[in-house]
Amino acid sequence: MKCTDFLKELTDYLDGRLTENLRVELDEHLHWCHECHVVMNTTKKTIEIYRDNQLYELPEDLRNRLHQAIMTKCRGSKPGKKTST
Amino acid sequence: METIQKGVGESITSELALVQAAKGGDLEAFSELVRRYDRNIFRIAQHITHNEEDAQDVVQDAFLKSYQNLDQFQGNSKFYTWLVRIAVNEALMKLRRRRNDRTVSLDEDVETEDGSIPREVADWAPNPEQLYKQAELSDILKKTIQGLAPGFRTVFVLRDVEGMSTEETAEMLGLSVPAVKSRLLRARLQLRERLARYFKSKQAGDGQQ
Repeated sequence: MKCTDFLKELTDYLDGRLTENLRVELDEHLHWCHECHVVMNTTKKTIEIYRDNQLYELPEDLRNRLHQAIMTKCRGSKPGKKTST
Repeated sequence: METIQKGVGESITSELALVQAAKGGDLEAFSELVRRYDRNIFRIAQHITHNEEDAQDVVQDAFLKSYQNLDQFQGNSKFYTWLVRIAVNEALMKLRRRRNDRTVSLDEDVETEDGSIPREVADWAPNPEQLYKQAELSDILKKTIQGLAPGFRTVFVLRDVEGMSTEETAEMLGLSVPAVKSRLLRARLQLRERLARYFKSKQAGDGQQ
């Protein structure tokens, strides 16, 4: 297996969506290819960092204001029917 | 209304039951749907627009549009999938307006291979997040993801930040499953490449006089 072949399967490898045979082949490649090992590890870390650090939390006061604004607009409208403008 | 028991005294009304009630004019039911998904929609909108004011507008417009078009929601997909699709379109429209560029779309720059071929192969520090204070880390992560084309960062956000499946992401964005997979791979590799400059291990002697 070449590094380019490994790279093509990286997403499915990280998501655990490969067939057993292919996964074994990729593991074997990782065993001797340091560069692919680093790319795999750091890509995994990239996903984890973004997953663990929610960047845009909605503050509770803003959340309440938005909720109020949405419901006021909905009250002036009907479900499934646009208000005439 | 159909409910799912969750522990003693707690119950969660199913999404479909809330949608049905809202269709019949039950505003409380729709209010519950807003509470259920507003944080997610805000995050997705922020990631696409990079602008808090625009993200707030997207949250309001997406929920209002979904309410006004509830009769078109067939129930073949989840309400949330349908809602995200509306929100992504609204967010892209905001981005277009802000950039004064009608060509902004999910297809923008997706042909580029820039950053998709690993060049940076030095390993990272064992706990890269601890190299920076929380605020600095957030800035780095925001700046880095904002550098991706909209079609890449939207797929990454839905799939890896929001935890949607590949199939759900494809449905939300109106893309094929192979297209989502290809964009996800390139988004992940581009982010990795760009983060490497902040997180890679210092070689012995680096930074010393």
